[in-house]
Amino acid sequence: MIWNAVRESEAPEKRRVRQLADLKDLVARLYNRVDFYRQRFDEAGVKPTDIETLEDIAKIPFTTKDDLRITYPYGLLAANDEDIVEVHTSSGTTGTPVVDAYTRGDMDIWSEVMARGLMMAGAERGDVVPNGYGYGMFTGGLGVHYGAHAIGCNTIPVGGGNTERQLQLMRDFESTILTCTPSYALYMAEVAKDMGLDLAALPLKSGIFGAEPWSENMRREIEEKLHLKAYDIYGLTEIIGPGVSNECSEQNGLHINEDHFYPEIIDPDSGEVLPDGEKGELVFTTLTKTGTPILRYRTRDITWLERGECACGRNLVRMNRILGRTDDMMIIRGVNVFPSQIEHILMEIEETQPHYQIIIDRGESHLDDVELRVEVEPQFFSDETKELERISRKIREAMKNKLGINLHIRLVEPRSIERSMGKAKRVVDKRTL
Amino acid sequence: MKTKQISVFMENKNGRLAEITKLLASKGVSLRAVTIADTADFGILRLIVKEPDFARDVLLEAGFTAKETEVLAVAMDDEPGALAKVMEVFEKNRVNIEYLYSILAGKGGMADVVFKVEDLEKGEKILKDAGYNRPLDL
Repeated sequence: MIWNAVRESEAPEKRRVRQLADLKDLVARLYNRVDFYRQRFDEAGVKPTDIETLEDIAKIPFTTKDDLRITYPYGLLAANDEDIVEVHTSSGTTGTPVVDAYTRGDMDIWSEVMARGLMMAGAERGDVVPNGYGYGMFTGGLGVHYGAHAIGCNTIPVGGGNTERQLQLMRDFESTILTCTPSYALYMAEVAKDMGLDLAALPLKSGIFGAEPWSENMRREIEEKLHLKAYDIYGLTEIIGPGVSNECSEQNGLHINEDHFYPEIIDPDSGEVLPDGEKGELVFTTLTKTGTPILRYRTRDITWLERGECACGRNLVRMNRILGRTDDMMIIRGVNVFPSQIEHILMEIEETQPHYQIIIDRGESHLDDVELRVEVEPQFFSDETKELERISRKIREAMKNKLGINLHIRLVEPRSIERSMGKAKRVVDKRTL
Repeated sequence: MKTKQISVFMENKNGRLAEITKLLASKGVSLRAVTIADTADFGILRLIVKEPDFARDVLLEAGFTAKETEVLAVAMDDEPGALAKVMEVFEKNRVNIEYLYSILAGKGGMADVVFKVEDLEKGEKILKDAGYNRPLDL
C-alpha cells in the first residue's frame, strides 16, 4: 500500500512545478525572516528573485553543521516563538546540539513522511509496532511513533534497552513490525535464543532499521535470524529526524520524500552539483518546513541518486544506502562521535596524553565494541595497579559523560601509538558492515 | 630495609616481558626479585635489582615506562610463621600493605619479602623496633 499515492507517485514534471514554487516561497521567507540566511544571500550576491528554476538552487550557499552551532539555539527560527509546538535537539555529543523546532505544520509533515516510510516497509492499520528507538530528545523514537500513529498501528513505546522485556512484549502482543537499530535487532536475536524464544513463531513481517551504518550482509543476517524483511530508514535531526527516506518492498534504494526534502548530490570538494548516478555528498533543502527550515544542508553522507518508476508503484527519487562520510565522524551504537571530541576530552585529563587510537569492532553480541587506547603520561605511571585503574576509570567516566557511550579503555605505553608523518591513524574500524 | 624497586609498565602483548628481561640481561643486571601485577588490560612488572638506578636508566633509555619506588625488603627467618609475625607487627601498628612478594632464594637461611606499605617511614620504624634489622644481602 502507498500512504499518499498522489504525492509518492506523482508525475515528475508536476512534482517539479510544486518543488519550485515551494523553493521560491521558502527562500523568500528565510530571506525576510532569518538574519543568518539574509546575510549569507547578501554575501553571495544572491537575491530571492534569482531563483527562477529548480536548477537555480545551486546559487544558494550551503548550510553546514557549524552554521547550526553558531546559531544555537534559535538563530535559524523562521516561525514565531509561539508557533513552535515541539523541539528536538541532537544529543550534542558532537559539540553544541543541533536544534529542530517544529511548528504544528512541521509535525504534520513529520507524521506524513514517517507514515509513508513505514508503509513502504509494509505497515498498515492493525500492525503491532514495538518501537525500540529511544524516546526523548532523540528524534528516532517519537518520529517513528508519530508515523505509526498516523497509520493506525498499535504502537508500543518500549524505547531502547531492557531487551528481555522487549522480547516478552513482542511475543505477548504479537508484534508484526520491529523498529530499532540494525545492530540491536541482531542483539535481540541472540537474547531471544538465550531465552528460548522462537522468533520464527512470532508474526513479525518487517523491521525498519536505521540510525547507524549497516550493509547487505547485515540485512541477510537480520532477515534470517528474525524471520522478517529488513528495511533501511534514513533521516537526520537537521532535516526532520527519521522519515527523510525509506526503502520499499523492492529493497533497491531508499525513496526520498522529495516533495518535502529536496536532495542534491554534490562534489564535496568543489561544491558542484553532480548528475544522477554519480557518487557524492548528499545535500537537502527542506522545501515545506516552517519552524527551522534549512537550505542546502550538507549531510556529509556519501551516496548517489537514481530516478524512475519503481516496481513498488512510487517514483520518488531513490538514494543508495549511505556509502560513507566526507568527514571523520564515526557512528558508534547510533551515537555520532568525532575523533576530535575524544582528543578534547583526553586533553582535560592530566594523567594522559592526547595520543590515542580507537578500535571499533562489532563483536559476538553484534553491538559495536569500542576500545580506546590511550597513552599514559609517564609521570603518572604507578607501581600500583589500583592507581592505573583509577586513571582508566576516570577516562571511561569522562567519555561516558560527554559522549554518552561506554568505551573500553586500554592504557598503553607512552609513545607506543604510531605517529605518522601525515595524519595519525586515529580510527581503526574493523566492523564488516 | 628501605629498598628501591623498579616498576615497568607493560601492555598485555606478546613478547614484552621477553624484551625487558633480554635488555636487562644484556646490561648485566641481576634480578633478585621479579613479580607481575596484572589486570585484564595491562601489567606492572616489579623488580628488585642490585643497581636500581642503573637498571631504571637502561629501561628508560630503551623507551620503557619505568620508575623507582621505595619499598621495604625484610629479611626474616626461613621457617613457618615468620611472615605471620611480620604481618602482626604491621597490623598492630595499623600500617596498610599495598602488596608484597618474596625475593628469589634468600641467602644464609633467610627468607626475604618485599612489602609496599602506605606509610614507608612508619613501616620501617616499627619493623626495626620489632627486631627486623638484618640487612638485605643482594
